[in-house]
Formats: sequence, C-alpha cells, structure tokens
Amino acid sequence: MPAFWGRMSAVIVKEFKHLGRDRMTFGMAVMIPLVQLLLFGYAINTEVRYVPVGLVDQSGSAAGRIITQAVSATQVVDFQQRYHTPKEAEQAIVKGEIRAALVLPPDLTQRLVQHRTLGQWLIDGSDTMVSASLLQLRNMPLNQAIIDPNIAPPAATPTFDMALFFNPTRRSAVNIIPGLTAVILTMTMVLFTATAIVRERERGNMELIITTPIRPIELMIGKIVPYIFIGLMQVSIILLLGYWIFDVPVNGSVTHIYLATLLFICASLTLGLIISTLVQTQLQAMQATMFILLPSILLSGFMFPYEAMPHIAQTIAEALPATHFMRMIRAIILRGAELDTLVFDSLWLIAFTLAGITLAALRFHKRLD
Amino acid sequence: MADSRQQPHSSQPTHAGHRPDAVEYAIEANRLTRKFGPLTAVDQVSLQVPSASIYGFLGPNGCGKTTMIRMLCGLLSPTAGDAKILGIAVPEHAEQLRTRTGYMTQKFSLYEDLSSEENLKFIGRIYSLSGKALIRRVDELVETYELSTLRNRRPDAMSGGQRQRLALACATLHKPDLLFLDEPTSSVDPENRRKFWEKLFDLCDQGTTILVSTHFMDEAERCHRLAILEAGQLRTEGDPQTLMNNLQSHVVELTGSRLRDLKTPIQRLPHVKSVAQQGARLRVLVDIGIEHPQAYLAQQLPPPAPGDDFQATLVRPNLEDVFVTVTHSERQ
Ligand SMILES: Nc1ncnc2c1ncn2[C@@H]1O[C@H](COP(=O)(O)OP(=O)(O)OP(=O)(O)O)[C@@H](O)[C@H]1O
Ligand SMILES: [Mg+2]
Repeated sequence: MPAFWGRMSAVIVKEFKHLGRDRMTFGMAVMIPLVQLLLFGYAINTEVRYVPVGLVDQSGSAAGRIITQAVSATQVVDFQQRYHTPKEAEQAIVKGEIRAALVLPPDLTQRLVQHRTLGQWLIDGSDTMVSASLLQLRNMPLNQAIIDPNIAPPAATPTFDMALFFNPTRRSAVNIIPGLTAVILTMTMVLFTATAIVRERERGNMELIITTPIRPIELMIGKIVPYIFIGLMQVSIILLLGYWIFDVPVNGSVTHIYLATLLFICASLTLGLIISTLVQTQLQAMQATMFILLPSILLSGFMFPYEAMPHIAQTIAEALPATHFMRMIRAIILRGAELDTLVFDSLWLIAFTLAGITLAALRFHKRLD
Repeated sequence: MADSRQQPHSSQPTHAGHRPDAVEYAIEANRLTRKFGPLTAVDQVSLQVPSASIYGFLGPNGCGKTTMIRMLCGLLSPTAGDAKILGIAVPEHAEQLRTRTGYMTQKFSLYEDLSSEENLKFIGRIYSLSGKALIRRVDELVETYELSTLRNRRPDAMSGGQRQRLALACATLHKPDLLFLDEPTSSVDPENRRKFWEKLFDLCDQGTTILVSTHFMDEAERCHRLAILEAGQLRTEGDPQTLMNNLQSHVVELTGSRLRDLKTPIQRLPHVKSVAQQGARLRVLVDIGIEHPQAYLAQQLPPPAPGDDFQATLVRPNLEDVFVTVTHSERQ
C-alpha cells in the first residue's frame, strides 16, 4: 500500500510540475472558463431585438410614419433603410443588408379605417430565431395607438401579412447546415496548419529545413496548399449530405459556393500559420485552436443571431473570419446571392489572408533563437 | 587518394584552391561567444579552418560543440564575436551561404514517414533540382552511400548507421563547399564508422571542407586539424600529430599486482595530472617538468612488496592523453 501511494504521488507531483512549466496550458485553463463565461453570458441572447429591417412606404402618409414609429417602439426591429419599391427591398434582403422589410401600400389610410391588414412584412426566414421574433409583429395591436383606443379591430384580421422567404417551413437545419461548414472548416483548417509546422519543430525537421535556401513564404504557402483540398472536400461532404438528408436547398451557384469557401479556407489556414509561430508544442497549438473555435461557434452567428448580440460581442465577431464566411455562405446557399454582392466580406477575407501570411512569414525566422 | 585514407592524419590537405571561389580559410571565427542566460555555452572561441580539410571539434557532452556549429551555420546569433564562412559574414548574410553549406544535425532531422528516396528527392527539390538532373543526383547518392536496398525504406525502420548514411547523403546532395557534421557517427559501429570516414575523405578530396564534431578519440585522430573544447572554451588547437608530439606531459604505464591500491596515492602526487586504469595497467600523466618520470613515481610511491612485479614504462602519448592534459590543466 505505501508503494501504491509513493508511486502515484510521484506521478502527481510530476504532473503538477509539467503544468507549472507549461505556462500556455496553465493560461488556457484560466482563460477558457473566463472567456466562455463572458461569451455565454453576454453574447447569448435568444430574445432577438433590433433586427435590422428596411421600410418601403408607398403611402407617404402620416399614418405610415406613425405605424413605423409604433413598430420601432416594440424594439423588435430597427428601421435602417428606406426603399422605393418592394423589389429593391428584396434585393437588400438577398444581399443580407437587412433581415426583413415592411411594405406599406399606397392605400394605407383607407385600410386603417376599414380594419384591413395594413401592410406586408417580407422576411428572410433562413434564421428561425430571427424570423420567430419578427412573426410576433403579425398581430401587433396598432389601430388603438393611432386612431381611437375605443375601436378594437376584429380579432380575425392580422395587422400585417407575413411573407417568409427562403425557409417557409421554418426548419432550423436549413440555417444550421450551411453555417456548419464555417465551424468545421475553422476547427480543422486552423488545427491542421498550426500543428503541421509545430510538429516539424518538435521532431527536429525544422533545424534541417532552415539551413536550406527555402524562403519562409515558400515554406508557409507550401504548407497550406494541400489543406485547401481537404477543406473543399469537407465542404462538399457537408453540403451534399445536407442536401440529400436534410433537404437544405442550394439556391446559389456552386461555383460561388466554392469560391467563397476557398477564401475562407485560405483565411483559416493563415490563422493556423500565425498560431504555429506563437506556440511551441502541438498541445499548445490545439489549445490555441480552441481559443479561436469557441468564439467562432458562439459569436459568428452560427448558434445565435448576430443581431441579438451586444455591440462588443459584434465587434469581436467582426474580427473572426468565421463571421464573414457565415454571412457569405448563408447568403449564397439559402438566398441565392452572388459573390459580387458580398464584396465587403470577400475583401475582408482576402485582406485577412494576405496580412496573415505576411505576418506569419515575418514572424517565422530561419533561426533557432 | 588511397594514401590519405590510410594515413589521414599525416597527410596535410593539398586541395585548397580546388574550387574557383575558394578562400584560404573556409571558416574564420573571431572570439565567438554565446550565452544562454547565465550559462556561457561558447566562450570567446577563435579558430580558422583551412579550406578542403577535415576539422574536428573534440569535447565532452555540453562543451558547446552543437552551439558552435549552429552559430557557424547562422542558426543562432552569437552574443559576441563574429564569424566568416567561405568569406561571408554570418549570421548577417547566412542566406547567401545556404546553397554552399550542408548541415547534418546531431538529432536525425529527416522525415521519418518518407522513404529514403522521397527524403532525398524532397531535399533535392528544395535545392532547385528537378527532372532528370534530380533523378541522376539521387541515383548517384544512393550508389555512393549504399542506400540501394533502402530506397523505399522509411527512416523509422532503419538502423542508426543507415539513418546516418541517409542524413549524410541529404547533407551533401547539393555538393556544398562546406559541410557541418554534428556527431555524425554517434550510433555507428567501428566498421561502419571507418566506411563513413572514407566517404568524408572522398568528399574532402573533391575540395569540400568538413567540420565534424565528435567525442570519439579515434575519430578525432583522423582529422587534419582538431580543436579541443571544454566548457565552451577552446583548450587547444592543431593537427593531431603535433598535439601529441607537443604534449605537456609524460605518459607512464604502470604494471604490477597492487595497481588498485596505488591509484589513490598516485593521484595525490603534486606532479601527476591524471591516472586512468586501462585493463591491467595504469596510465599516468606526469608533468613535463619532471625530468625522469619513472624515477619520480618510484621515489614517491611506497616500495613494492617482495614478489610484486611493479614496472613503469614511458610510452608514446595518444590523443586521449592530450585531451586529458589540456582539460586538466585548465581545471587547476
Ligand atoms: N537552447 C538552449 N538554452 C539553454 N541552454 C542551452 C541551449 N542549448 C544548449 N545549451 C547549453 O549550452 C551548453 C552547450 O550545449 P551544446 O549542445 O552546444 O553541447 P554539445 O557539445 O553539443 O554537447 P553534446 O556532445 O552532448 O551534443 C550546454 O551546457 C547546454 O546545456
Ligand atoms: Mg551536440
């Protein structure tokens, strides 16, 4: 029995020493609960507010203004843009600029008097959480607010007509599966590249490589190219299975899907490269990947609508490649958007990749010290 | 060529100037120093390595051989001092030297999961060989380093000696002017070590300068010149024969029946630098200042018991004696 304790405590003491010397692991042990707590506590808000929407007021009447104000007062939506025609508003929805648009017809005042349905909401139904919030507005009691509190409208008539686009049956798989590509690519691409370089350092290959004429940038690009194909393969698997098993519609062009994916893969791979220049061991590379992965799942819009997050969480989300890709891939697959309408996110990913590769190549010295 | 192989240490290199851009000294280090925190791993080492020669670094574990080589390769920046490799300053312009130097690391640094041939081809491509030229060069190396049966074998399934042949093949693939070998034969048997050195002499005959670190005396003895390092400092430097001839000690071999009892009293003698047991003999290094070392020893030791066949003979010094003497004198 004493031998049992003796040997076991030897291992325990040794493990504590390992922990104490690996500052990165120790730091992660503290940071992960801290960051998770903040992310879950702040970012996660299933009650969606201030959804960005547009307005098409064809009536141009005082009633239109009052109705708009009343809708705003619910805090469910935030009118960000005005459009002349419902067509323009629809295009803005496809681009992802707004989640929905309220169309008020020319005969608004008349409808108000006749207790008819006042207008129509055009809603991007792909995110079920967002559309659920918007659907609350359907029976919003407007008339009282405007004309006469004594005249109650017939209960049967809804205030607004709701037109759900892209996901009329409101299935969550439709929104989740395209988003899953972003999460899976973040997980594998970042990890693969981060460990690929660190592994060479751990095994001693690096000491040989750096005495050859190879340039850091050649080494970096050479390292990431093979993984591009792995990433494209993963996306194909997810989308094909999503299509066959879960009936996720593919409304956009396949070329655009792959182009957007390619941009994101490159950005994720460079992120992995940057990590590889910061860590010493494969274990640390894995922890650093976790550190990127968690916010990429929680803040990118994958699990919770971007709109529902507080400002600070949105700022962090904007710094993550996954957030930009999440928007792009959902726009293309679900709303049939084309890449040229997603210029900002595409350019952001390209800029991230270029800056990342440069940074990694600069940080990577052909030195041992 | 055969000559230099049989008596390498006595043949001085005659190939300097073999290469068009050859400099007199392939390596010139000037008070090179490297500190790791409080530890000085290399302490103001200055040396000159003549082109087209084999130069040895001899020293115990941790004396700074690897650190020295890494600085000369431009992988570590010196804390102080400077060095010129093939006339080019390192680490500042180390990149210019990449195609002209080869480095075989102490720890095996090729890819364990690529076959010999794949490893060779990879390194070849890094040095901008391609197509037929690459295939030809790989075939040449496979031939030279006897790797034909190992072409498709992965290093993780090869013996220590085979791995080192492969590593040397990779290090010499681009025909470097200067080759750094860090303990290249640490896991090689004497027979294969001899073969390995024949390859080195072949390379040297073709004009390659080779810097090799070792802690084997027999290996050190084969070098044209030698630097003995201890605790980061250069203790002595020169060609092995001269070092042995100029040894600052007499070497006396003692035989007799009470040798074990004698060891401690001899060690305590003021003019004795070291005592080492070698089988049935004691090898004693006595200060060069003592004119008659045998008599000195006989005088200082208790008279031999009757029937003891105690004998003291003066013998030729070997490299180990040189090593012990130079490292011993500094320690006092
Ligand atoms: N990266 C490092 N950080 C701190 N100390 C180091 C580092 N590298 C080497 N040292 C120390 O510098 C000294 C010289 O090491 P070096 O590896 O050069 O010895 P060596 O002569 O090659 O030994 P060996 O024969 O065992 O290979 C040693 O004391 C070693 O502990
Ligand atoms: Mg060493």
